[in-house]
Amino acid sequence: MERTEIRISGFGGQGIVLMGYIIGKAAAIYDNKNATLTQSYGPEARGGACSAQVIVAAEKISYPILVAPDILITMSQAAYNTYRVGLKPNGILLYDNMLVKLTADETAKSFNIPAKNIAKDLGRQIIANMVMLGFLVKITAVVSQQAMEQAIAASVPPEFLDLNLEAFKRGLAYQQA
Amino acid sequence: MLDRNKNRALTGVHFMNGDCACAEGALMAGCTFFAGYPITPATEIAERMAQRLPSVGGIFIQMEDEIASMNAILGAAWAGAKSMTATSGPGFSLMMENLGLGLVTETPCVLVDVQRGGPSTGLPTSVGQADMMQARWGSHGDYEIIALAPESPQECFDLAIKAFELSEKYRMPVLIMMDEVIGHMNEKVIIPEASTVKPYPRRLPTVPPDQYLPYHPGTDGIAEMAIAGQGYAVHVTGLTHNEKGYPEINSRAQAEMVQRIVQKIRLNTKQIIMLEEDQLENAEIVVVSYGISARIAQLSIQQARNEGIKVGLLRLITVWPFPEEYVQNLAAKVKGLIVPEINMGQMVREVERCSHGKTQVIGVSHPGGGLHTPEMILDAIRRAKE
Repeated sequence: MERTEIRISGFGGQGIVLMGYIIGKAAAIYDNKNATLTQSYGPEARGGACSAQVIVAAEKISYPILVAPDILITMSQAAYNTYRVGLKPNGILLYDNMLVKLTADETAKSFNIPAKNIAKDLGRQIIANMVMLGFLVKITAVVSQQAMEQAIAASVPPEFLDLNLEAFKRGLAYQQA
Repeated sequence: MLDRNKNRALTGVHFMNGDCACAEGALMAGCTFFAGYPITPATEIAERMAQRLPSVGGIFIQMEDEIASMNAILGAAWAGAKSMTATSGPGFSLMMENLGLGLVTETPCVLVDVQRGGPSTGLPTSVGQADMMQARWGSHGDYEIIALAPESPQECFDLAIKAFELSEKYRMPVLIMMDEVIGHMNEKVIIPEASTVKPYPRRLPTVPPDQYLPYHPGTDGIAEMAIAGQGYAVHVTGLTHNEKGYPEINSRAQAEMVQRIVQKIRLNTKQIIMLEEDQLENAEIVVVSYGISARIAQLSIQQARNEGIKVGLLRLITVWPFPEEYVQNLAAKVKGLIVPEINMGQMVREVERCSHGKTQVIGVSHPGGGLHTPEMILDAIRRAKE
């Protein structure tokens, strides 16, 4: 398998880094590939710009930094504005269409999901990240559904596991309008 | 009932960051005492130790500052524990005074520096490698030091175990020079069963208390170390001392003491130094690097090889003591040595010194807050080729 680079972006508090952690864990442990997760963040705990970078590959990853992401996930307008430029030509763009408005000249293969609204329907806005993880598996299959579910189970508090898995499944089943 | 021996190993395959992996390596090595003060990007080490130490019957103390932290781990070592602290640049500066105390009292312990951008408060949340010379020369007076530089979370785990082994073997503080990217990067970490790693034992006295001399070197230059409270009377001082540990303020005692703490490393460099060689067999140009910079360099090397340039990598796993003889021999064989590092030129000075002008040495500096682009290193390789 080729090296796949993913950037997940939004603002602090959305669970951006957790998404990266779950994708990496799913790939590295449950799909038995290799993965790296690096992150960029500022001194703010909440609200600041936040980005997590994941690389998934079958081989050992010697260079753990993104060259040009194959997949860009954006969960805020600021993140889209900042990181869109780095996306590989023909790269895949996943975004929350309630939070991000694409520019008129957008050329990426883009897929949208109202992750925040779906999460709200489930009672907790904070699980929008899990909805987006489901959507990622649906669109890209960069990690397997089973691996992602195992990684979620190993990463969220047990009392909220069912809710998180439900959010993941909603994303997985979402039919883009 | 705590199974302390079993609990030191979190056996399994993990997706873990370098900081946590370093803490797990320390626990695996038998560390039972951590004193520290939180600082980005090293805080996760302290958090992990606070969370995990009770399960091995160990003690975690959050100290009032880094000066006290360093002192506390020295005291714990004299009480018989394997002890550790972890910090970043500003804290590392504060620890320098008592690092010297650890060196002169020949106290085994491990000090981790997760390097961020400096000087001063600098860039708390981003990467640097500019404490490399501070690691070597940061405390006053003459001494030798051992410093290791991991390039991955797995190596943070492995080298933490190694650091404790070296600290006990040579009876001295050992440094682990990490960086923010390695510390915060998550990657696969494989932790074996506890039974596969035996904590390296303290070199305890082999003579009765009335004959014990805490600084009398054995045939290999290293002295036995008693555990406080077991009947062995010891005097531990930062003053120049004799074999008994008593202050002796004259040039003869100074010569004996300083020569011993220097020679125990200089005479054992071959056993201490760990290097990784990649594609050096037919290399005309060699990239000499360490930590995250050595990983970045691998892409540049691959690109240069695609252009037909014969280039290899020498990765310093042990940065101090510096592999002088190795680099000297290498310099005589190649057209150029490229030294990328996230500072304005530190280890490159060692490479230049040891090359004795036999080859061109090109430093690739980065002031910190980010990493080299592969092109920066590739350009230097191309320049060396011309």
